[in-house]
Amino acid sequence: MKRLPPILVLCLLGVVCFSLATLLQPRAAAWSRGAQSGSILKVLLGDGRRLFANHFAQQADVSFHSGFYPSIFDNREKPKTTAMNPGDAAHNQTEHEREMDFLGKPRDWIQAFGRHFRITEHTHLESGGEREVLPWLRLSAELDPQRIQTYTDGAFVLCKRLGKVAEAEQFLREGLRNNPDSVEILYELGLLCSEQKHDPERARNLWELALARWTSQEAGKKEPDFFMLEKIAVHLGVLEENAGNYPRALSLLELAKKAARNPAGLQGRIDELRGKLPPASKPN
Amino acid sequence: MNRILAIAGVVIKELYRRKDFYVLLVLTALITGVLGMINFFNDPTIVRYLKEVCLLLIWISSLVICITTAARQIPAECESRTIFPLLAKPVTRGQFLLGKFAGCWFACGIALLVFYLFFAIVSESRGRDRAQATTASAAAATNAAAGTLVLAAPPETGHEGHGHEEPEAAGAHSLWINYFQALWLHWVLLGVVTAMVLLGSVVFTAPSSNTTISFIGVLGILLLGEHLHKVALQLTEPMQTLLSLIYFLIPQLEWNDIRQRVIYDHPPIAWVHCGLATVYGLAYAGLFLYLAWLIFRRKNLTV
Repeated sequence: MKRLPPILVLCLLGVVCFSLATLLQPRAAAWSRGAQSGSILKVLLGDGRRLFANHFAQQADVSFHSGFYPSIFDNREKPKTTAMNPGDAAHNQTEHEREMDFLGKPRDWIQAFGRHFRITEHTHLESGGEREVLPWLRLSAELDPQRIQTYTDGAFVLCKRLGKVAEAEQFLREGLRNNPDSVEILYELGLLCSEQKHDPERARNLWELALARWTSQEAGKKEPDFFMLEKIAVHLGVLEENAGNYPRALSLLELAKKAARNPAGLQGRIDELRGKLPPASKPN
Repeated sequence: MNRILAIAGVVIKELYRRKDFYVLLVLTALITGVLGMINFFNDPTIVRYLKEVCLLLIWISSLVICITTAARQIPAECESRTIFPLLAKPVTRGQFLLGKFAGCWFACGIALLVFYLFFAIVSESRGRDRAQATTASAAAATNAAAGTLVLAAPPETGHEGHGHEEPEAAGAHSLWINYFQALWLHWVLLGVVTAMVLLGSVVFTAPSSNTTISFIGVLGILLLGEHLHKVALQLTEPMQTLLSLIYFLIPQLEWNDIRQRVIYDHPPIAWVHCGLATVYGLAYAGLFLYLAWLIFRRKNLTV
């Protein structure tokens, strides 16, 4: 039998490989769709990926603090909000300072000398440096798409710190696709539309939806998230006021006042609005 | 001295003839390269995650090279019986041990140099780290001043209230000093580990058990060493005293790990502290070598 030249054998193998690939590729795509698995990580790690997601979210916070971060051995309460996206600065800064004051005095010479090699100053990234937290947040979102805080933190950094409005919206929309009932994401999307895109109509729709979702999810709870309600109601109220819809704005601010930690701060605003109402529609 | 250097030379040749180093270097470069190609929100200037992963891989690789190289030195010589002509040269057992230590340590140093060169290239090629930090307490003071505004405005304005002051002037420190200090302290740490593993290789019979125990020991010290005292305080006697004793006895290897300072671009540490950490590390390396020599000089080498 005559031997085939090696180049022909190579060509034959190449053709076989290509044919097999065209045959298998659509099937492989169908398999992955059938398993509803968007990422290989989900298949590999299962529910364990949530642990890693939390770790990477924490890593983002570590990065935001430039490495100054307590270990599990340090006495410290679990932070209520991350410093990346402070919900309420006046309250949160002091809380945050207290949380991050974990070093204390060194107990012995080993600890005292070891601090020369550690990062011992509490700092936050700024002037665009916040971008360094983004890879960790992206990873965290990939691993646990149901972790809402990842999207809100990421969007805050992208939008407010880096001015990347399109990317922030894309990230929030990805979060909304994964968590269609999330009040926080709807609120953040509304904020982005109102403040960055100057699109009050879309912002109103998003906040109205957020308010409806808040009512359906939180109203029956023992300890509802009043802070979120206050934020939505105040923003929606301001939007209605700007649109000249004073009765609706007033009712929203009244709602916000009920939820507020500092109702006195809103009273002035409400009184001001009452003054703008036409005499016939003024409440008694 | 010449005899020690001759033995050390053989160990260094062994490192570059074996494939371990090349495989680990290629793996590190490959993983770092792939991670470097990922696009995060269309921002190509993000660099710290890459530095973090690259340095972690370098640390893992260097520990693997150091422990596996040091652990096989004495058992391999005994097994192949090449130790007998070596000791008959005449080379004393102390010189043999010192030669092996120097060889492993210098070999690790060469490997580290290549790894850190790669790290510096990766780090600098992504552009100088532009992230700036400001003290959080300064930001808090700014917020306190803006407190009245926060009350009047919608809660959302709190976001802006967290704003920071203008960035501090960039320090006159050089990243290259940071790289050098990280490399130097890392090398000193590998000296301690090499001595520790050589001690293990005269205590344990099989290199595999020595390698495993050394890995556990070194990782344990690196991850938990500095926290042992905190844990001890929460325990009852006699565990409290025992753990405190271990805390003061073990070499504090985490001092030599200044990765965070490099990753987050903090100013270099004072040279005095760097020198003291070097002396501390060398003292422990000397202690482990002395203990190894004490055991090795009376050890029966015939299997």
